[in-house]
Amino acid sequence: MPADGTDPIRFVLNGGRVDVAGVSPQTTLLTWLRDARQLTGTKEGCAEGDCGACTVVVAESRRDGTLAWKPVNACIRLLPSLDGKAVFTVESLRAPSGALHPVQQALVECHASQCGFCTPGFAMSLFGLYKNASAPSREATDDALSGNLCRCTGYRPILAAAERIGAIDAQACGATGWRGPGVAADGSRIVSGEEQLLAAQLDTLRRDETFVYEGEGRRWIAPVDADGLAAACAAHPDAHIVAGATDVGLWITKQHRDLGTIVATGAARDLALVRVGSDIIEIGAAATLADAFDALEGDYPELAEAWQRFASVPIRNAGTLGGNIANGSPIGDSMPALIALGAQVVLRGGGTVRPMPLEDYYLAYQKTARVPGEFVAAVRVPRRAGGLALRAYKLSKRRDQDISAVFAAFALLLDGDRIVSARIGCGGVAATPTRATATEAVLAGSCWTPNAAEAAAHALEREFAPIDDMRASAVYRRRALGNLMRRMWLETGASTPPATRVEQVSATW
Amino acid sequence: MNDPRVPLPDLGVPDAGAVVGAPLPHDSAALHVAGEAAYTDDLPEPKGTLHAAIGVSPVAHGRLRAVNLDAVRAAPGVIDAIVASDIPGANDVGPIVRDDPILADGGVQFAGQPVFAVAATSADAARRAARLGRFDIEPLPAILTVEEAMAAAAFVLPPVHVARGDAAAAMARAPHRLSGTVRSGGQDHFYLEGQVALAIPCEGRTMHVHCSTQHPGEVQHMVARALGVDDHDVVVECRRMGGGFGGKETQMSLFACVAAILARRTGRAVKLRLDRDDDMRSTGKRHAFVHGYDAGYDDDGRILALDLTLASRCGFSADLSGPINDRAVFHADNAYWLPDVAIHSYRCRTNTVSDTAFRGFGGPQGMFAIEAVIDAIARATGLDPLDVRKANLYGTSERNVTPYGMTVEDNIAPGLIEHLERTSRYRERRADITAWNEASPVIRRGLALTPVKFGISFTATHYNQAGALLHVYSDGTALLNHGGTEMGQGLFTKVRQVVAQELGLAPDRVRVTASDTSKVPNASPTAASSGSDLNGMAARDAARTVRGRLAAHAARMLGCEADAVEFRDGRAIGSDRSIPFAKLARAAYLARVPLSATGFYATPKIHYDPKTLSGRPFFYFSYGAACAEVAIDTLTGEHRLLAVDILHDVGRSLNPAIDRGQIEGGFLQGWGWLAMEELVWDAKGDLRTHAPSTYKIPTSRDWPVHARVDFWPGENREATIHRSKAVGEPPFMLALAGYQALRDAVASVAGYRYAPDLDAPATDERILAAVDDLKRRMGSGA
Repeated sequence: MPADGTDPIRFVLNGGRVDVAGVSPQTTLLTWLRDARQLTGTKEGCAEGDCGACTVVVAESRRDGTLAWKPVNACIRLLPSLDGKAVFTVESLRAPSGALHPVQQALVECHASQCGFCTPGFAMSLFGLYKNASAPSREATDDALSGNLCRCTGYRPILAAAERIGAIDAQACGATGWRGPGVAADGSRIVSGEEQLLAAQLDTLRRDETFVYEGEGRRWIAPVDADGLAAACAAHPDAHIVAGATDVGLWITKQHRDLGTIVATGAARDLALVRVGSDIIEIGAAATLADAFDALEGDYPELAEAWQRFASVPIRNAGTLGGNIANGSPIGDSMPALIALGAQVVLRGGGTVRPMPLEDYYLAYQKTARVPGEFVAAVRVPRRAGGLALRAYKLSKRRDQDISAVFAAFALLLDGDRIVSARIGCGGVAATPTRATATEAVLAGSCWTPNAAEAAAHALEREFAPIDDMRASAVYRRRALGNLMRRMWLETGASTPPATRVEQVSATW
Repeated sequence: MNDPRVPLPDLGVPDAGAVVGAPLPHDSAALHVAGEAAYTDDLPEPKGTLHAAIGVSPVAHGRLRAVNLDAVRAAPGVIDAIVASDIPGANDVGPIVRDDPILADGGVQFAGQPVFAVAATSADAARRAARLGRFDIEPLPAILTVEEAMAAAAFVLPPVHVARGDAAAAMARAPHRLSGTVRSGGQDHFYLEGQVALAIPCEGRTMHVHCSTQHPGEVQHMVARALGVDDHDVVVECRRMGGGFGGKETQMSLFACVAAILARRTGRAVKLRLDRDDDMRSTGKRHAFVHGYDAGYDDDGRILALDLTLASRCGFSADLSGPINDRAVFHADNAYWLPDVAIHSYRCRTNTVSDTAFRGFGGPQGMFAIEAVIDAIARATGLDPLDVRKANLYGTSERNVTPYGMTVEDNIAPGLIEHLERTSRYRERRADITAWNEASPVIRRGLALTPVKFGISFTATHYNQAGALLHVYSDGTALLNHGGTEMGQGLFTKVRQVVAQELGLAPDRVRVTASDTSKVPNASPTAASSGSDLNGMAARDAARTVRGRLAAHAARMLGCEADAVEFRDGRAIGSDRSIPFAKLARAAYLARVPLSATGFYATPKIHYDPKTLSGRPFFYFSYGAACAEVAIDTLTGEHRLLAVDILHDVGRSLNPAIDRGQIEGGFLQGWGWLAMEELVWDAKGDLRTHAPSTYKIPTSRDWPVHARVDFWPGENREATIHRSKAVGEPPFMLALAGYQALRDAVASVAGYRYAPDLDAPATDERILAAVDDLKRRMGSGA
């Protein structure tokens, strides 16, 4: 197999094998679909993975004869990252007879399209939901649609269409083969023969050596394991290291940057693993956010809401925890919680592995401890300790798919009501994700009482000097931080906790 | 009606077999879901199509001394680049006042203003090149806010004052008086499909423009002016928009002109599609308002005198700010009788993008003001806000003249509110919520029921006309064109139903084709909720003309009188015989009967003096009311819409499924305006929220778990198309119930004794500040 860049990108598009050569590796899937293939059903609404008009479903082989079905944003998906995968666009959903797919038919019958521009994206997200759930609840539907914006309908008819998923008679609708349901009513997976064939086809596309692709003078290097990645990073110390491209995609679509050589982590299979050991959970840097969060939720169910509110399903299907950490945005949503849990980041350069506390990785605004040639290899999170009181709170203008104005994670290790240790991770309040060490000191060693919480709230309000920006004012950020400490007390310390979350109440109907 | 849940009699159910009134799906629904509905950017591109991008001003206000495009022209793939002096015709797209340059000339007036444009072989090449322009701009002081503009008396249009009686004297006599100021924010349309135009140069001087516009006729006119040609040299076509909401009423003109100019210069087709950031930076939005009030009232909360100031941020040019602010004045009464009243409307000039039409067109801002006044009176009197609202409603035979002198002849608001009060269990829930709040230290609930009365007609009287063109082919299928545009609102579906009904055809035998200036001339914008009122009537007129001719021919075939011929179920039916419509069409063709006709409609009764804003600007009013319940978090300001009950007046519905869609969609879009969507400019006048990463419109989770929508069982008392009522804009203002419920929840932290100081959008931050402020006021007893 040539490693000179002449090898094409090989994937399956709407059931048919395609080889792509010659186009820039910076080309997004959306641009290629629309311009090269005239598949104009997939729309551009924002080119930043926020509106979902470009949603397509990517299927990946699970290496057991089945496929994982993942809605993703085509607008920030780089074409070479599809190597070895299957892509389904809205044009593929109709049955060979021409009949609409049941999710499409439900959208029609529920009057769920008005202008129709967002509709293909909703159809694909609902198709993804159909492949992954048998009778989704409102909550599950809202999650599945968290990356899709509709400006016309108010969503009610789209939710109504999703409600019909559980009642779809796939055979009667002609939704057979890969178009058929993915999950039975009892929760078991349904795998059609067509899906098995497709999975087998994808397995034949699997590479055993680094994929080097060149187009329009730019190069994409995708090693298949961590050692290969280490070698590639060492050989190209000024290359851009790209994981899910959920942020890097915007450098291309919004800033029109030329990224030169890209070293991609996504094909490094051992780097996508999540290992749950007796002392730590080690999350490989190429594990998707979705996989990483699943693993962390086992020990830390309190983080479920934070993970659910982390971007959207399509972004979590593409983005990685390693990428979120490596990128080091001051408003990245994983770091405050991981810092509170005492996570370590593992850097690798050549054969050298360098673990460090996550908070030490961030040196200054968008400056990290990673040196050229190094890459983030993994995150290590301690297993849950007894006596842990944990909360992670995100404040943002919108509940779904938004960037934090303030993120605060509190981890108190309690012995009875005595606070053995306190770790507080914060985002949105400083130039980097950070620990609130002064507030931690107020709490450590004291008893977990209203007075202690109030003292800590006061300390936390004063610990940082946040900025005013479009998400919130400095005044709000400080005030809210203190109040989140108060909320932490009410939820974990108060003997009769009152309602503390607007999600806890329903209408007086 | 003792049972609060008794359903309303349903006038929406049509006669058996009727097409009008049936809940038919959108005519493009199957295409939408399959990704097969073609939007402008999806059309096959002519060979050699170039792609354009705009270069914009980095500063809010300045003298433009020079533009250097050397690097732009040298960039890879660039074919052409233009500045203002390259425009062959008029450098202006102002719809009313000629103050809207296509490309900045001499001065720049907002950050994001187009200064030059470039055409290149790909969109990527054009966008990269557009960043290479070098400007020599001498900065000038910029006015960015309403307050700054008021202080400088900077207006795009002169202030307007409307008065009835003697507000000052009535104020002095009133037992109680209060005053205050409250702000409502702007709003980006966030149509999912951004602005896009494809200009194809044709033979001679002619130009064909495909674009996403609510007003093809105006785009045609502007393109012709910019090219220096005549209207008949330009054809503008639009099958559908991916959302409009007012944002494509005037805003497309500039981009269509740029594409057409570049197409004329290069001789190649040119497509200009703005990316989301350019779209949000460079196109107008809903007007932000500062609402100042001084009100006199009695013990029952009745308003006796009102002095209201409505000052809006219009941006740098007039655009549609005149009629938008007029409509704000016309809706400052909402559904309430204001005996002695003075309304002052200021149209402020700011160095920001020129604000424009957005669903409601000033109406929401006018209503926002009066609802805030009512809320303040309720807190001051201790009355339930709903009781204050009811005490102030227009009467049916007296207290029924608007401040602008129009008698409210069709006032159904009192009955409608009474009904919703019962069906939403307002009083019981009010008691439950008050009790619950007392025991809940952190989370508070709020409840509100507010009415909507919205005037239907363009205030520009000449816009209240429409044309249609109907062809019946010899196979019996019909093809209709009308001057309206389809932006998702279902206009084509409704008009198709009207024509199908007239001709007795199944709806799929009637095709409605792309809006096209070469088919219907001088069409008005599809705006002001008027689309089906106007175009439905014009289409029916055309259908009746053709039907009359067919009936005459059928009468000869059936041996009956022409006026005895009925058209239904795809047949022409005489006394006891019938023939299939297709057979009749074929026979009529062979008999040389013309099977094509135009139709026309002009709205009757309306008249008004734009100088004094008096007369009858509206043919009728659309009504509605909503009861909303919310929860707020007094520690963080987070909030959630828990429930909404809506009772809305669509007259006799042309299509209840589509009308319900307008009600639900309008409501949630209004909720976005009032509770979520915040536009933030920095101190230099740069918009900081120019993409969905920073500008947050509602998602599915924001649709309340409890939501009920009912139609008011009444037909339009005016002779509109099948006695229906306009529905595009009025439901937007139902969301005021949600915002008032937020105020109610905030007010609970101080025992409902004070009106919160809460501007819109009521973001988490504003709610927390309002909560903290009320706690302080209660603590200090102020």
